[in-house]
Amino acid sequence: MNENLETAAHPESLRRVAIDPVSRVEGHGKVTILLDDDNKVHQVRLHIVEFRGFEKFIQGRPYWEIPVMVQRLCGICPVSHHLAASKALDQVVGATHLTPTAEKMRRLMHYGQMLQSHALHFFHLCSPDLLFGFDSDLTKRNIVAVAAQYPDIARQGVLLRKFGQEVIRITAGKRIHGTGAIPGGVNKALTIAERDELLKEIYHVIGWSRDAVKLIRQVHEQDPDLYDNFGTVSSNSLSLVGANGELDFYHGKLRACDAQGGKIFDGVDYRHYNDYLGEEVRSWSYMKFPFIRSLGSTDGWYKVGPLARVQNCDHISTPFAEHARRDYFDYAGGRPLHAPLAYHWTRMIEMLHAAEVIKDLLHDDDLLGDQLVVQGERQREGVGVIEAPRGTLFHHYQVGDDDLVTMCNLIVSTTNNNQAMNEAVRQVARRYLHGREVTEGLLNHIEVAIRAYDPCLSCATHALGKMPLTVEVVEADGRIASSLSKA
Amino acid sequence: MNPTFTLDGRAIPFLPGQTILQAATAAGVFIPHLCYHPEFKPHGSCKLCTVKVNGRHTASCTMQAAPGMSVESETEEINGERRALTQMLFVEGNHYCPSCEKSGDCQLQATAYHLGMMSPHYDHFFPNRPVDASHPEVLLDFNRCILCSLCVRASRDVDGKNVFALSGRGIDTHLIVNAASGKLADTDFTLADKAAQVCPVGVILKKRKGFAVPIGERTYDKAPIASVAVAGEK
Repeated sequence: MNENLETAAHPESLRRVAIDPVSRVEGHGKVTILLDDDNKVHQVRLHIVEFRGFEKFIQGRPYWEIPVMVQRLCGICPVSHHLAASKALDQVVGATHLTPTAEKMRRLMHYGQMLQSHALHFFHLCSPDLLFGFDSDLTKRNIVAVAAQYPDIARQGVLLRKFGQEVIRITAGKRIHGTGAIPGGVNKALTIAERDELLKEIYHVIGWSRDAVKLIRQVHEQDPDLYDNFGTVSSNSLSLVGANGELDFYHGKLRACDAQGGKIFDGVDYRHYNDYLGEEVRSWSYMKFPFIRSLGSTDGWYKVGPLARVQNCDHISTPFAEHARRDYFDYAGGRPLHAPLAYHWTRMIEMLHAAEVIKDLLHDDDLLGDQLVVQGERQREGVGVIEAPRGTLFHHYQVGDDDLVTMCNLIVSTTNNNQAMNEAVRQVARRYLHGREVTEGLLNHIEVAIRAYDPCLSCATHALGKMPLTVEVVEADGRIASSLSKA
Repeated sequence: MNPTFTLDGRAIPFLPGQTILQAATAAGVFIPHLCYHPEFKPHGSCKLCTVKVNGRHTASCTMQAAPGMSVESETEEINGERRALTQMLFVEGNHYCPSCEKSGDCQLQATAYHLGMMSPHYDHFFPNRPVDASHPEVLLDFNRCILCSLCVRASRDVDGKNVFALSGRGIDTHLIVNAASGKLADTDFTLADKAAQVCPVGVILKKRKGFAVPIGERTYDKAPIASVAVAGEK
């Protein structure tokens, strides 16, 4: 078997199976698998087939429009883009420190989003696989069937997501694509009525989140061989951590760890991200492949997202989530796990943390303040980094003296996981598909591995003019009749 | 006792010299419009205020009221025509409400909502209209211009500066800045000018203030355009 599985030696002689589209993920992607006559796997690729163009078309737009415009990259985690752009543009307007009201309003918005996005992913998209089995009856693999068989679980999932959406609505004006953050601060604080509305629900939300952690732990412990080994590929990991090494979704310094948990770099000011991270382009995908520069593109790829964050941080600042983190580490034997399915467990720990942070924020009177915006000496460049639900998100802008954006670079969470997802599906293909007759249930195993990363393929395909595009005309016998490439 | 005309069957009193639109507004009846502004002479160009007077189409902002007129406005036929005109305005420019800072304060957007416009219907022109960011305080985003000429009239008739003009003919008509360079920075335009206050859409914008007003507090979040226009223009 071709060990690498990225590129087959003789693709023209192989049979092609495509999973198109990959279902129950955000955006549009496909997986192609090349098999020989004995069903042996020779090539597996996760392709991203959407084409967006945000980095290009925001050039020439006024900088204050950007936080609202770029959030249209996504309908699930728009708040992440909204806030990453706002953080970058804080630097452009010289706002080195936001007012307590502004920073806490943004945090509340962001933690509301983490809660709703994690709930959506776990309950609506993944719970059918976890509760019914990866190759269960296809007609049951959906949230409606979960609601029929496990009504309490489905109900809690729906209500958790609803609460997160309400937090966003109250802080940003709308559940999706609001306007709360502006360069230098926010455009509103919380009213007492709004705070009390959220306080009515928050203790239920914390309880349901604790139940969700228990549920995924039980699922994991019922079949540790499957959950620990399914699609498992060791790698580096990257995340922000707070000033004291704690889990922090809104702000911090960059930390990268190797597969054993040893630090590759730590305490890095994210404004210098470009010195530490590079991006590679490959001809067969619209999605770039980021890597840690010091390790090179072959060995420097890394994971981001809940698994990376929970394992990279030193502790979690809220009690229930910290207890859950310690439980998780006890299970893992004190070492990092590299199992894609462990993403679900860590994602639920993060959801619990988000709920606890929201509770703490709602008891903080700074949210009711009236000092919303600060400004300072105008700058020409800003970098904003945030931990989005799916991982570390980078926004980098340059702005001219006329206030128009001249340069934009985005490294989106899912892009950071590109190699990790590809390696995971190859691992699953090796173990489950190799030499077997391909069935729908087996193909869903591939999707389960991708789904664990909660990829947002729409977000990940933001680039324009950087991806090499190749059009090939293929004869019936597999020969390439003609080929046209754009470098 | 003032003379009256009927508007959709209702008697509307009017003063000598009042147009149908002015009299209707004074009586609390909204007739959609974009290029009309109560402080300026009517222009009659957007045609959104078209009504039928005794069976014939006419712009209500320019037609003087007369005793006994029978005027139709809120009919399926006329609102359908207004909706089509609004859709044409959307596709002739580049109107991206989702990221426009005038969203919620924009008369074009509010009018589209009022008329129940659910889609642009026509193919977009996607014109190439670079923004003018040369002025230190004001951004001009020509992508959103609907050629209402309110800035032209305000600058000429109130500010006495003639900063703006409409140039070209027919479908090529476009807003220009009266400077050799064509740039706003090379005029004596200031934020205090009346022309800086009258744009019904998102062309003339005070820089660095976009999105400072939260959703829920914007003009048309609080009341629909029919109420806002009648309250403000009585």
